[in-house]
Amino acid sequence: MKIAYYPGCTLKTKGKSLETSALACMGQLGIEAEELERWNCCGAVYSLADDDLIHIVAPVRDLIRVKQAGHDKVITLCSMCYNTLARANELMRHDEEKRKTINDFMDEEPDYTGDVQVLHFLDFLRDEIGWDKVKEKVTKPLSGMKVAPYYGCTLLRPKEVAIDRADQPEVMHSFLETLGAEVVDFPGAIQCCGTYQVLGNPDAALKVSHDILSDATSHGAEALALTCPLCDYNMSKRQDQMLQKYEGAREVPIYYFTQLMAIAMGIPVEECHFELNRESSVQLLKSKNLVTG
Amino acid sequence: MSIVPQEETTATETKMVPIYIMGKRYEVPATLTIMKAIEYAGYKYIRGCGCRGGVCGACSTVYRKPGDYKIYTGLACQTVVEPEMYLTQMPFYPANRTTYDFGELTGTPDEINRLYPELFRCVACNACTKVCPMDVQVMDYIAALKRGDIQAAAEISFDCIQCGLCASRCMGELPQYHIAQLARRLNGAYLTPKAEHLQTMCANIDAGRYDPGLAELKGMDLETLRNTYQSREMEPASAGEDWTPQDKSHL
Repeated sequence: MKIAYYPGCTLKTKGKSLETSALACMGQLGIEAEELERWNCCGAVYSLADDDLIHIVAPVRDLIRVKQAGHDKVITLCSMCYNTLARANELMRHDEEKRKTINDFMDEEPDYTGDVQVLHFLDFLRDEIGWDKVKEKVTKPLSGMKVAPYYGCTLLRPKEVAIDRADQPEVMHSFLETLGAEVVDFPGAIQCCGTYQVLGNPDAALKVSHDILSDATSHGAEALALTCPLCDYNMSKRQDQMLQKYEGAREVPIYYFTQLMAIAMGIPVEECHFELNRESSVQLLKSKNLVTG
Repeated sequence: MSIVPQEETTATETKMVPIYIMGKRYEVPATLTIMKAIEYAGYKYIRGCGCRGGVCGACSTVYRKPGDYKIYTGLACQTVVEPEMYLTQMPFYPANRTTYDFGELTGTPDEINRLYPELFRCVACNACTKVCPMDVQVMDYIAALKRGDIQAAAEISFDCIQCGLCASRCMGELPQYHIAQLARRLNGAYLTPKAEHLQTMCANIDAGRYDPGLAELKGMDLETLRNTYQSREMEPASAGEDWTPQDKSHL
């Protein structure tokens, strides 16, 4: 099965572990992800200002590239890219006036009407591959590994682009169950990690990220799985600051969901680029005999 | 009764077209390039004409045509005038080039981000690409740099002549062509595989391997030298990758 793939900038540098592990898993599942030959940064954040159409141009251009490559669907891994592309797509589908303004502005591109389907790897697995098929490829189930699924905001909000219901999502629960993990449900799963507030108000962002992690561990989680490089930055890269600042803060291994999938599928550990994770992430996998050495 | 000379009646009449240079109308021969038309109109280039060969980027020109909202660009030395065009020269456009010690760089994406943080102000409007007189996909190389692909940026920007028109149109205020130059420098110095055979050859030269041969050539009389040169074995134009000379003593 061939599908167009939009990586997003971070997945080529600081978040490359998300891409390499996912592509390896897709290979196992017989999914041929064709990275768009031309693509630009999606903008990372969907602009909420009603008349700020210039920030819609970048994601729409990417969707035009999908069509130009002969595809009608595109798959994303980064949940922020997913959200930005999907919302721009919604606008082009439903807002006739803005669609015309944007198409008129991009006069060097063919007109676009929102007819590409934007998917995240998770809903693609659920709806087009099926958990049973995924399970068939699981050779090293994550047995006894207590993992909290963290959805964050951008996969679930707003409703128009949500891949699951926002109040009680299940898709990552099912995903982790399929991999054989012990899924730890916790309220913080749908809370915001602080996102870009890390720039303007780093203390506030650290606090909400810490709250999420302590919520997860207090519900018995020994690790967290997520889908977004910015959530990863806030909860993994800044965890040392939490450990220093908050009494009782505990070390929590953080994984991209695709890294856990790769491990469960017996994919060589190098594809996971664990050097970009916290050290505890590899240690936990070793203690569960899922990674050797 | 005067007799009109023969050549004047049969000479092809030069077709004249009106063009507007900085808003003023001039009649110029239709076959001229913009640069020659400007000179025909009486202007004298002191700066901003450059190589006159289409490679230096000094004579960027911006123009519009009647009844058409598009902005057109071209190198004045390469672009032929069009009737009713409104044009102005844009020989220079201010764009900051960051100062860096190249020897301290290693070719990582972070270095470009640090030296040109405005890179991330790009909104993919594509005005840069539209205005490029060399048809460089400017927006695409900026997109490549945003994702840290210096090699791709170097390749896409290869035809850039540093005219600066991209920078003149950028709503993110990026100095695209300076960033691309840094990318090409990093790519050439740190990211392109080193030509190992060249290093071996240089080491051989340093070790004096070809000194006897050179001494022999230097000692030849003119006639012998000429004959030796003319009878040398040449690599045929159609030679493949695996071609080797008969005399392998110098390999």
